[in-house]
Amino acid sequence: MTRRALAASVAVTALTALTLTGCVAKADLAQAIGVDITDDGCAVAVDTAPAGAVTFALENNGTEVNEFEILADDKLRIVGEKENVTPGQQVDFTAQLEPGTYYTACKFQQVGAPVGLAEFTVTGEASTVSSGEQELSDQAVTEYLAYVRSQTSELLPLVQEFADAYKAGDDETARSLFAAARVPYERIEPTAEAFGDLDPKIDFREVDAVADGLEWTGFHRIEKDLWAPQPGDLNSDGQDALKGWAPSTPEERTAYAEGLVADVTELHELVTDESFSVGLADISNGAIALLDEVASGKITGEEDWWSGTDLSDFAANVQGAGVAFGAVRPLAESKGDEGTELAAEIDEQFAALEAELAKYGSLEEGFVNYSELTDADKKALSDQVNALAEPLSQLTATVLGV
Amino acid sequence: MSDTEPTSAPQEETPSVSRRGLLGLFGAGAAGAAVGFAGGAAAVGAAMSSASASVSGAGSAASSYAFYGMHQAGITTPAQDRLHFAAFDVDASLDREGLIELLTDWTNAAARLSQGLDVEEGGAVGGSDYAPPADTGEAQGLPAAGLTLTFGFGPGIFEDASGADRFGLASRRPPELAPLPRFQGDALEPARTGGDLCIQACADDPQVAVHAIRNLSRIAFGRATLRWSQLGFGRTSSTSTAQATPRNLFGFKDGTANVKAEETDVVDEQVWVAESDGPAWMAGGSYLVARRIRMIIENWDRVQLGEQEMLVGRSKGEGAPLSGGTEFTEPDFEAEGATGAPLIDTNAHVRLAHSSNNNGARMLRRGYNFVDGNDELGRLDAGLFFLSFQRSPQQFIDIQMSLATDGLNEYLKHVGSAIFAVPGGVSEGEFVGQKLFA
Repeated sequence: MTRRALAASVAVTALTALTLTGCVAKADLAQAIGVDITDDGCAVAVDTAPAGAVTFALENNGTEVNEFEILADDKLRIVGEKENVTPGQQVDFTAQLEPGTYYTACKFQQVGAPVGLAEFTVTGEASTVSSGEQELSDQAVTEYLAYVRSQTSELLPLVQEFADAYKAGDDETARSLFAAARVPYERIEPTAEAFGDLDPKIDFREVDAVADGLEWTGFHRIEKDLWAPQPGDLNSDGQDALKGWAPSTPEERTAYAEGLVADVTELHELVTDESFSVGLADISNGAIALLDEVASGKITGEEDWWSGTDLSDFAANVQGAGVAFGAVRPLAESKGDEGTELAAEIDEQFAALEAELAKYGSLEEGFVNYSELTDADKKALSDQVNALAEPLSQLTATVLGV
Repeated sequence: MSDTEPTSAPQEETPSVSRRGLLGLFGAGAAGAAVGFAGGAAAVGAAMSSASASVSGAGSAASSYAFYGMHQAGITTPAQDRLHFAAFDVDASLDREGLIELLTDWTNAAARLSQGLDVEEGGAVGGSDYAPPADTGEAQGLPAAGLTLTFGFGPGIFEDASGADRFGLASRRPPELAPLPRFQGDALEPARTGGDLCIQACADDPQVAVHAIRNLSRIAFGRATLRWSQLGFGRTSSTSTAQATPRNLFGFKDGTANVKAEETDVVDEQVWVAESDGPAWMAGGSYLVARRIRMIIENWDRVQLGEQEMLVGRSKGEGAPLSGGTEFTEPDFEAEGATGAPLIDTNAHVRLAHSSNNNGARMLRRGYNFVDGNDELGRLDAGLFFLSFQRSPQQFIDIQMSLATDGLNEYLKHVGSAIFAVPGGVSEGEFVGQKLFA
């Protein structure tokens, strides 16, 4: 994933706890809870609030950029977050919170461990919706949850096989397995991104890891060993690809291979845990975020810089978005003509994008290397991504009816 | 045309409605002149009175121009200070119905934007918290800033690159709407050339112009995509006698002899397509030529003042022709100096471009200066984004052909080019170009 994708995932996570609460009147947002952000503190004025739209009035009194987070009771899953709160800035942030236990925290310089972790209790009744809608909503959640779980189940053995080949130094086999091993992950990427630091470990690109000061691990670290750069090759940011990089030693290979397997195993355990669920907005926003992934990372060929397998990720993102859309489609269609028309428009644009992609291969047969596409080919794909992303960006509001 | 009435403002005065027009520079058929005069006068009246309607009276930033009218706004409208011009390619999947829908959506949005409103009701911040805003929001709090949006059709609407008549419009194509011939100095880049549709956004605030193009591009996603676009930061022509003549990046006044809105007879003769010209859907419209002309200004700046003036044929300070007088004195191309050489050089720009050298052909120019960063040699990527409106593209072609020996060519490179048929004005309830599809 890309830095931009990480930002996009905020849109997803910010609504994690959102359900069909109906329209939130702006006046309800008036009673904001003060949050005094400092470099080493995160003082929330009160530690409880009634369920619904909860507004926090953030003020960064520190010296560096900060971030405010609301974590679920596992202290891992980010339920809502506001990034880029700059020194001196005052900004309101609203989260839709169901009754339960949460934790508030800040993130100094937006990296590292949460600062000032504090329990936050949301009281009152869970929101209710009419039974017809509730049924459709439940169905969507059940359907999508099952999909996410099926994908991590698929992911595990594929990654294991891929990592084993890489660890054993069988690069040819590993190269042949790389694209396919990523597919289940790319289909559900926004879900993985909701687990804070897991996605960076699994899927960060070199330039982003360097920029964030993180140790670079995961798929793309391995990718660079498998498609090793030649002298004179450049990274996607135009820097010398050999600078600060050397082929991994056998020991490092073992560590990266086992690390990747451990991380996807953790992902699998997290999503298959019975306490894990997704909200309706997670699903529709997940579809939107997957298209954002395509528009920001894949269309530029930056995702799989060394292997050139971007189109495989591209297709997987589109498939995942299609499944997420499919899960909430009945709900969208229940919202009158506007919903029906939107669903029809999205269907049409999905079909057009899939047709455009099919010119270059398929997930089953493999895709051409991204470097073989001309600028005109890329523009045609980009145009179609935009054509789909515009109506898709309306999906959440339509599904929620707000 | 009552539709050309300004949206605000009483018409206390319509200054110089026809100061020059009444001089009757060009004769015209009686009927045509009557109709044309009425249209032209109304357009000028609208322009003038809405400008005078600005509260402070200090500038035009608060004024707005009517979107609906006999002609599209943004042609004889007094040239605003800023430009964002966009050329679009229609998507391969677009059909006739889809094209009509796009033009309808654009028309509705443009009518609102030109009045300083959000692109649609709800706009930037009035919609759902869980949907992207309909309007991108950067024009919140800004006035209309004299925004005009002018739409045109490129040749590709009538026949695509493979020769197909995708929209069933081939029979309606004006014969004039053909690719321009190759001119001296052409170094056209495909990525800056052509386009199936165009929108010219002019405003006195660059953010307002960019906001308009950005939102109209967004509306088009899935139907048409930007092929190229150009920002212009300073107008290089005046299109009204009420405006001072601005300067281009050569440092010279540009557009002294431009067709001005007040010269209604000339406007009818040179700018608007008459009903008798055909095709019927183009009546009240015009042909737009856009040229991205790179100026090699670093070289130009090393040219001696005397030579600069000789190449242009005018003085650099006043802008007077070298044959004498002041800025608006007609050049005397016969005048000779003490040595018997013509005072205005035989290859001077003003001589070659003058209507007397081009069978009376003139154009309404609406160009803008641009600087788009710099090139790899450290030279400013600067120049003139030339825009001209004319009754027939032949007027531009003839004049541009005459400029083949222009001494300025040494400092010019034409890198982008496009031609569009700009249909007549839009009535409320219509979409722009509706008559083309009737």
